[in-house]
Amino acid sequence: MNRGDEAAAGRTGSVNGVPAGSPGRIAAKPALRRFHQARWDEKLIFELSSPGERGVLPPLPDAGVREVAGDPVADLPAALRRSTPPGLPEMSQLHVLRHYLRLSQENLGVDLNVDVGQGTCTMKYSPKVHDRLVRSAKLADLHPLQDEETVQGVLEIIYRLEQMLCEISGMDRMSLQPGAGSAAIYANVAMIRAYHESRGEAGQRDEVITTVFSHPSNAACAKTAGYQVVTLYPDADGYPDLDALKAAVGPRTAALLITNPEDTGIFNPRIHEFVRIVHEAGGLCAYDQANANGVLGITRARDAGFDLCHFNLHKTFSTPHACGGPAAGACGVTAELARFLPGPVVDFDGTRYTLTTPQDTIGPMRPFHGVAPNLVRAYSWITSLGAAGLREVAEIAVLNNNYLMKRILEIKGASAPYAPGRRRIEQVRYSWRELTEETGVGSHDIGLRAADFGTHYWTSHHPHIVPEPFTLEPTESYSKADLDEYAAILAEIAREARENPETVRTAPHNSTVHRNREDTLDDPSAWAVTWRAYRRKHVAARDR
Amino acid sequence: MAQARPPFVHPYIPNAVPAIKAEMLAAVGAAGVEEFYADVPETIRLRRPLDLPEPVRSESELVRHVQGLLNRNTSAGEALSFLGAGCYRHYVPAVCDEVAGRSEFLTAYAGEPYEDHGRFQALWEYQSLMGELLEMDVVNVPVYDGYQAAATALRMAGRVTGRRRLVVASAVDPAKLSKIVDYVRPVHDLTVVPAVNGLADLEAVRRALAGADVAALYAEAPSYLGTVDPGLPELAELAHAAGALYVVGCNPISLGVLTPPAGYGADLVCGDIQPLGIPMQFGGGQAGFIASRDEERIVAEFPSRLFGLVPTAVDGEYGFGDVAYERTSFAVREEGREWVGTAAALHGIVAGVYLALMGPEGMREIGETIMMNTRYAMRTLAEVPGVGIPYGSAPHFGEFAVRFRPGISAAEVNRALLAENIFGGAILSGDTALICVSELHTRSDVDTLAAALKEIVR
Repeated sequence: MNRGDEAAAGRTGSVNGVPAGSPGRIAAKPALRRFHQARWDEKLIFELSSPGERGVLPPLPDAGVREVAGDPVADLPAALRRSTPPGLPEMSQLHVLRHYLRLSQENLGVDLNVDVGQGTCTMKYSPKVHDRLVRSAKLADLHPLQDEETVQGVLEIIYRLEQMLCEISGMDRMSLQPGAGSAAIYANVAMIRAYHESRGEAGQRDEVITTVFSHPSNAACAKTAGYQVVTLYPDADGYPDLDALKAAVGPRTAALLITNPEDTGIFNPRIHEFVRIVHEAGGLCAYDQANANGVLGITRARDAGFDLCHFNLHKTFSTPHACGGPAAGACGVTAELARFLPGPVVDFDGTRYTLTTPQDTIGPMRPFHGVAPNLVRAYSWITSLGAAGLREVAEIAVLNNNYLMKRILEIKGASAPYAPGRRRIEQVRYSWRELTEETGVGSHDIGLRAADFGTHYWTSHHPHIVPEPFTLEPTESYSKADLDEYAAILAEIAREARENPETVRTAPHNSTVHRNREDTLDDPSAWAVTWRAYRRKHVAARDR
Repeated sequence: MAQARPPFVHPYIPNAVPAIKAEMLAAVGAAGVEEFYADVPETIRLRRPLDLPEPVRSESELVRHVQGLLNRNTSAGEALSFLGAGCYRHYVPAVCDEVAGRSEFLTAYAGEPYEDHGRFQALWEYQSLMGELLEMDVVNVPVYDGYQAAATALRMAGRVTGRRRLVVASAVDPAKLSKIVDYVRPVHDLTVVPAVNGLADLEAVRRALAGADVAALYAEAPSYLGTVDPGLPELAELAHAAGALYVVGCNPISLGVLTPPAGYGADLVCGDIQPLGIPMQFGGGQAGFIASRDEERIVAEFPSRLFGLVPTAVDGEYGFGDVAYERTSFAVREEGREWVGTAAALHGIVAGVYLALMGPEGMREIGETIMMNTRYAMRTLAEVPGVGIPYGSAPHFGEFAVRFRPGISAAEVNRALLAENIFGGAILSGDTALICVSELHTRSDVDTLAAALKEIVR
């Protein structure tokens, strides 16, 4: 019995006052679930290969084709004709399927856990009916270069979704082409660059200002596009420092990229002042609304004066996160900037939907027209909820967050830095600083122990300005019972940190695998990104 | 008397139940949700309902509405399609769909290597399966698409060499080239050496590389025109003689029969994995890969996540984690390499399933079938009066250009084909189109196209 199992047994020795093992008595479930994740102890797929087995058979050329075509592979120049077959596994169909089903069971998605631990990422329910719709051949089997007459249905959906997102943001036009949120941030930065170029100020305006509690991609995309990055830090109240902004803006300012609320969940009430200061210096303002879940129908990017904004459709608008994409991004702009949008966009002349390229487009962000299945999903989600439903989403997400904050702050050793006593919007950045000082157990260890209870937990974006951070975002999808369960799990782990810290430090115990020995991940002589590298660096060395 | 209807509670919002809502408000000491928005200034409050279409009430009405819109599309499978140009209609094995639809994968995100061990192993295996196909030791977790993969591979080459110029030797999709130019321009100047007869102009490439200031020479296999350039190995020699890296974009489904670019000297290989078991989805199936040798100076320049195999506390257990994480923007914001974020991971898992199903023999067979069908189509269409195959003497994989006689444009041809329920090739220019054939095209499909063109072009 390992440490985690012992701990679980300890919890269940007496359940709801009933001693375990009372004869004939069916005991109620304990307050905390005795979770154990699937542990198939599954080999690597290459270790499952059995020479000669086949997984799927492709068609061979039709009769008569060879007579006309000859043998084009044999006719290739020798240097271009593959001489050694690829070292792919040889497996029957069932064995491939079984392997991947086992791996899927060793994964927790929103559908399986109370997924409030990945704050900033808006982990909400993705309706199953959307998956059914996008699997339809009427979408899945569309080529993006088909004649517009044959794709009027999907173009209408994209057009309508753009209209909806314009209303939700207050912007005049949106491009739905970016593949995800960071791609939309990059598109916004590229439009900012094109705008300043069009005014002959590109050389002068070489700085982009952002805040440390905005997503790292704001800083990274600006740098990639050629800008110097100026980062604002929070003031004592947790707001981005207004004096620091005043000191930073000037003739070199190209733009401000900012989130509101930031990762702290605190709404910046002076946001329009930030926008005004940057505008007066000749810069543009882009609102990172990757996560807009708490402000749907409450306040809009345009109303605060922003020139650009972006949404992550896989966050606020319910499309699934898919282990890290495919996702979808939407970037919105004012009428003045619409000519720079990445293209094509969909226009409607009253009878026909057409793909058109904006006049001074920054060019395509990706091949074709965006991640169409996720555009259909987002459209379906908004269509199911309507204006009142979106407002309800925001209000319940915010209620859930403030309720969970109450429960978390009841745990000794947990705190919510900045703005004490004030409400939060959709998420909170918390700190275990006091617990860590008391017990030596930190946020990373607590996260790994949370896996033992069947939940996901994340320590927060770097840098860790807030010590021993964690960020919880309970969207509208979770019930009060879910939130109570998550808070109870963290309370239990905090108790363990005091009473039995080794249990936490050596977690996970009930997960698919035990704690990594990670010392090889930064060692070029030992890291193994592929089976080839693993065999060369480890298997060959072991066999020597 | 009729009973009062219970309040409307949306199925996606459990805590909309009034009693629960009231209980939670009481627990936090709030009179109403409005209190939570106290920090939002009145000047920026939206004091009217959003102007959105009336919602549908039920799931069945949603299906009727959205499926009704989708039904206005004509899918490629309902017609006879010869469209390719970066998005390909191959057979998608049922097991690929099954895994893609597993909710454990579909709804997970950024879990740790413990509760999301399955995701890490499946993506590490994807990297590894691609590594076998490409004969390279390092493959990334997918980026957005093949455009991004090429643009990033070129910036990686720039960081590795510290040089400014980039040279493109193959015919490249103009939209892709536009993306690359936009993406590299803060740090690179890009020279396109026009292809001649569908192939790289080796002498002109040699001249373009003369300044010893070139970071990367970029070529594609097959090129945008479907040609498999016999000069690809010589381009490697030219690049390396000039101290440049050789970056090759390739179509992975060709690699059961074509030599992987590493086999003729590529330093970085990139492309799009959509052909590997991912439906077209109107362009939503794209996902990019970048591969390299296992050299620290190159690995250090990947922006993407690279999952690595590690031991755990228990012998014989496989753990996974991030290799060299400190190079990423997740770790060090703007000090990282470009950026990393949500991109196209699930497509990577599915491409891995595809490669595992196909195995070495399946990849060889599908490559042979596609090359054979391509050659059959080229020879059959060459017999049609008024249709020319401009680069017909070069080897081709999956696609080839056709040129129509003077007086009829490719757009006119495609309109006439559409009337016959045939989707003609992607238009390359006024009189040329790019015909794509795959393993799914039968002999009779190609003969049908030839017969239609005979009527249209004559």
